[in-house]
Amino acid sequence: MELVQMQKSLQDYTKSLFLDNLKVEESVLGVIQKLEFMGVLDSQFLQLQQLQDESNPHFVSQVVTLFFQDSDRILNDLSLSLDQQVVDFKKVYPHVHQLKGSSSSIGAQRVKNACVVFRSFCEQQNVEGCHRCLQQVKKEYYLVKNRLETLFKLEQQIVASGGMIPAMELGF
Amino acid sequence: MAEVMLPMKMEMANDPSKFTSPDLLHVLAVDDSHVDRKFIERLLKVSSCKVTVVDSATRALQYLGLDVNEKPIGCKDLKVNLIMTDYSMPGMTGYELLKKIKESSAFRDVPVVVMSSENILPRIDRCLEEGAEDFLLKPVKLSDVRRIRDSLIKVEDLSFTKSINKRELETENVYSLDSSVPLQLKRTKI
Repeated sequence: MELVQMQKSLQDYTKSLFLDNLKVEESVLGVIQKLEFMGVLDSQFLQLQQLQDESNPHFVSQVVTLFFQDSDRILNDLSLSLDQQVVDFKKVYPHVHQLKGSSSSIGAQRVKNACVVFRSFCEQQNVEGCHRCLQQVKKEYYLVKNRLETLFKLEQQIVASGGMIPAMELGF
Repeated sequence: MAEVMLPMKMEMANDPSKFTSPDLLHVLAVDDSHVDRKFIERLLKVSSCKVTVVDSATRALQYLGLDVNEKPIGCKDLKVNLIMTDYSMPGMTGYELLKKIKESSAFRDVPVVVMSSENILPRIDRCLEEGAEDFLLKPVKLSDVRRIRDSLIKVEDLSFTKSINKRELETENVYSLDSSVPLQLKRTKI
């Protein structure tokens, strides 16, 4: 190969590396912006509430507690897996898939959507993208966890003072 | 989208004591996700089904007595009327479980419904070709469960259906079951 051609190849290749990084950051930023426009919960959470009744008065908090337990474990495993010298995507992918599934089942839509992006970086075996996504998933998770814990506290306060929890009326 | 419920149907859903125990559908639910197991169990109970939940395909086979390596651990008296399984599970997948069930002489006639969070056409086709009764997208809806339950109730076998018929005729319900026509199972919209 001629020297000029080699130099061009090197330039192009370097540019593409740089662009790839930019693309990762751009795409994650784009996702973050979209996430910030959507609520932390979607109508699936309402489905859960509709399944709760006098015969099963703690159903929602029980399912959500399971979600917290599963997610804490998964996020821990993901952090460990991504910190390895050589990332084993065969381990990372199922964890992300699982978290996507459970967050979808309880209506934690921002966590779910962040997992969808995370999953595609896994498929591309893009370590930097995965790191970035893990950060975002954790952020969304702690946000929804905080909100749900506040919700449950408020409900407990109402019940403790002898009141009834008002039914949700939303046009879903 | 909100499901429009007639008052009669809601009353029945919330009061399972009106049905005699042996007439309830017994569903074996298989899912490796803790959250999803809790959720599907509740959906089935609210739909007046008896539920047994297991966390893997291997355990499902053990329960049914199909695992050659282990002694059956399930209660053989509780006949399983429906199996609902997640597709992606570690170890044996829901698809492999489906195949094993359809290969067995004892259980090949038990309807198997596959659930998945992924809307992948080849996957859906593969399951239906292997004999799955239906394929549901997760998160599963209460209306999905009810639809499947209703299509499985054999009019001549369960007095449950007779009590639905009787109530619905009495209230001139628009959704009355025509007991002379076997209920058709509709395919999931893809």
